[in-house]
Amino acid sequence: MIDNRLSIEKSVPGRRGITFKNSLRAKAAIPAALCRKEAPLLPEMSEFDAVRHFTKLSSLNFSVDTHFYPLGSCTMKYNPRFNEEVSALKGFTAVHPLAKDSAAQGTLEMLYDLSSRLTELTGMDGITLQPAAGAHGEFTGLITAKAYFRAHGETERVEVIVPDSAHGTNPATASMAGFSTVNIASEPDGRLSLTKLKEKLGPKTAVVMLTVPNTLGIFESRIEEIAKAVHEAGALLYMDGANFNALIGLVKPGEIGVDLMHLNMHKTFSTPHGGGGPGAGAIAAKKHLLPHLPMPLVKKDNGKYFCDYGDSRSSGQVKSFFGNTGVLVKAYAYLLTHSAKETGDIARMAILNANYVLAKLKDMYPCYSKEYCMHECVLTPGHDMIEKGLKTLDIAKGLLDKGFHAPTVYFPLIVHEALMIEPTETESKETLDEFIKAMREIHDEGIADPDSLKAAPLRQAVKRLDEVQAARKPNIRWQA
Amino acid sequence: MYLPHTEKDKEEMLKAIGVSSFEDLVKQIPSKFLNPEYNLPEGLDEVQAARHIQKLSEKNRKTLNFLGAGAYERYIPAAINALISRGEFLTAYTPYQAESSQGTLQTIYEYQSCMCALYGMDCSNASMYDGATSLAEAARAAVRITGKKKIIYSAAINPQYLKVMKTYFAQSEEYEFIACPLEDGKVTLASLDKVLDERAACFILQTPNFFGLIEDGEAIGKAVKEKGIIFIVSADPASLGMLKTPGEMGADFATGEGQSLGLPLSYGGPYLGIFTCAKPLVRQMPGRIVGMTTDKDGKRGFVLTLQAREQHIRRDKASSNICSNEALCALSATIYATLLGPSGLKELAEANAGAAAAAAEKLTKIPGIKKTFSGNFFNEFVITLPCDADKLREKILEKENIDIGLPLKTLFPEMGNALLVCATETKTEEDIDRLAKAVKENL
Repeated sequence: MIDNRLSIEKSVPGRRGITFKNSLRAKAAIPAALCRKEAPLLPEMSEFDAVRHFTKLSSLNFSVDTHFYPLGSCTMKYNPRFNEEVSALKGFTAVHPLAKDSAAQGTLEMLYDLSSRLTELTGMDGITLQPAAGAHGEFTGLITAKAYFRAHGETERVEVIVPDSAHGTNPATASMAGFSTVNIASEPDGRLSLTKLKEKLGPKTAVVMLTVPNTLGIFESRIEEIAKAVHEAGALLYMDGANFNALIGLVKPGEIGVDLMHLNMHKTFSTPHGGGGPGAGAIAAKKHLLPHLPMPLVKKDNGKYFCDYGDSRSSGQVKSFFGNTGVLVKAYAYLLTHSAKETGDIARMAILNANYVLAKLKDMYPCYSKEYCMHECVLTPGHDMIEKGLKTLDIAKGLLDKGFHAPTVYFPLIVHEALMIEPTETESKETLDEFIKAMREIHDEGIADPDSLKAAPLRQAVKRLDEVQAARKPNIRWQA
Repeated sequence: MYLPHTEKDKEEMLKAIGVSSFEDLVKQIPSKFLNPEYNLPEGLDEVQAARHIQKLSEKNRKTLNFLGAGAYERYIPAAINALISRGEFLTAYTPYQAESSQGTLQTIYEYQSCMCALYGMDCSNASMYDGATSLAEAARAAVRITGKKKIIYSAAINPQYLKVMKTYFAQSEEYEFIACPLEDGKVTLASLDKVLDERAACFILQTPNFFGLIEDGEAIGKAVKEKGIIFIVSADPASLGMLKTPGEMGADFATGEGQSLGLPLSYGGPYLGIFTCAKPLVRQMPGRIVGMTTDKDGKRGFVLTLQAREQHIRRDKASSNICSNEALCALSATIYATLLGPSGLKELAEANAGAAAAAAEKLTKIPGIKKTFSGNFFNEFVITLPCDADKLREKILEKENIDIGLPLKTLFPEMGNALLVCATETKTEEDIDRLAKAVKENL
């Protein structure tokens, strides 16, 4: 029986965890009129109560450490423990963000070196590490573009072109940055149509946002012509770098005509996802855009590192202080242990793994594309499964009971019943073989007994949950 | 590094795919773009990398620190790191598959509950990036709800928050930002009266404010609400074990910097954006929300809910573009609040207020140093020095390894030689004596 009581339900009045005996407490002299009337409704637990409570909860999770986690576009690779250890060094964690540059030389040097390496890997001219996540990076990219056009007097450029295969964050970011979104339908092979793009490009276009490789796991082979058309229209080409794991050490986006792009440290650069964050983003940009990046940037002069706060051309500041520095240390540790050749092997093995899964499953789960894929592939349930009323969701839930996390489901939106599989490079052939076996079993068992699969999962902490009730009568906190 | 593939594996896999070499798999990439030259250093092994990075960390200076201004030195209970380092929390993704993510989902529900309890609010989301972006998103929500484009804010909000907020409105001239003037470092009803008008989408108050002063949020809230304006309060959660809550002030949205709940300083992040609201506004919240529900057997379970606000469903109509948030930091804050409980959080607030009071008392006894403002303060306060604050900071840092606080001249030129000094529960009487002695001797 799983114990899913809330901490507040385990609370015992008067029980204590951490206490503060600091004698200075007696000096506190805040008038009662400024104080809260009632104590907050928080659990009262001993430290051990709390440790057991959260440890038990952790055991209800699937994670990369415990399960194969082939979530497409999320790059759930192994998160090296070395990165965790070095990012926790007191020398890094104790530095206040407003410390003088002279007191933070170690962190600044790390950030400077990380910036140089990422700039080299992307083939761009400079980079900001301020964004806290990928979507935050997209926002940073678009306001940088906005500041660029403002500086050039081209304020009539108010449109962002986004293909319909894009992540939802792309159009959402465009709105947030004050642009309107122009959608383009993808071609049957998942690529962008140059003709359609040219129809939409014009004096109002500010930015074209492209995910490379795209969300179908396909490289935009005509990227050079696309970039040329974008630039001829006076617009900028933005690359969503969520899928950079397919290109690291293999292709430099700066060489294929990209003006600015984001990176996700928590995808390509192996920092853990933490159940949804924290990540760290970055925007790498070409020279013409560098003055417009948010500030501060780390620079070096005479052997000393310092924060440069830029000037009025900067797009501003997207979060307090520098960035998610603690996460950036992890990404730095990862890059330190990779030579140029070894970074290329990350992409090569990611691509090999994805194609292996594709090759072993496409007879049973048709693939949207007929080509080899890059680092991920998009499969679908076949007609035989559809005829039995089986859906992608059922396959996903069936996988949980076989000890595998589900792929990304129902995305990209342009593929009906999509199952987007990204194995990543750190998984071994044996793990992939087990996953392939599980997928094939789910197919066979589903055909033989569809109702059982529709009832899955049966072996998790809970069965399928009532999402309609959750949304209709939201219960989002405990109450007295 | 970290690759499991043997030569034999690779051969077998290529064969299964039906190609003779890896190059056959990437023919869709124009060959001239493949395998460019990279100017990167050699890869280090773990021993070498550990040495290199240890050395870097030692180049940072370890100081006795009295800097605050939006990031606060906290003692971090040992149990927190032990729990958040568990791979089951650390290496999980956003809980899209609810049945295999109940651990993360329940902890987020508990996080939301703890934040509602601390802030006295009805609803909380699962977290934003930091205090600044939370506040910016609240202002964006107010503009979206009211259709008005005027934002009034207290001149004593953290200047970084203001900068981020303007950036979140893409520096667009469509929006009008009006500062409410201060009297003795705080917003008063008289100063508020000068700027409040019905054309405003919202009024933003921070308490304790940037100068550490505790605002009269209740009276301010009443005046703001009388004009029908959305009231946004940014509050330090570490103060809320003791101080009046944004809920008691009548806040519509209440936000905060969750770093204060036991996260390391780490040169600015990862931190935690707390975002809460009053019940009628729940569907205006950005970001993820976890709800309690039941499974097929009627058993309690947790799911991501009210997702129709979010980018993966609404795309360009979403309330925000946020996807990854700061989940592990939210977990850390939840464990912190659980370990401390209501009594511990009250003691924490007292220890902060007490340490700052002691520091203010000692520093203002030094001839020539005066407290700049007269009001009640929490864990930081402003003093006016008889000399250049920047130079004194530099001198004491070099000589004594003490960072005495943040000189305010760059941010507020009219404040001259003002210094913002912070003392949290990490400071003892001896530390404060060291600070006072250093300041006195180096003036």
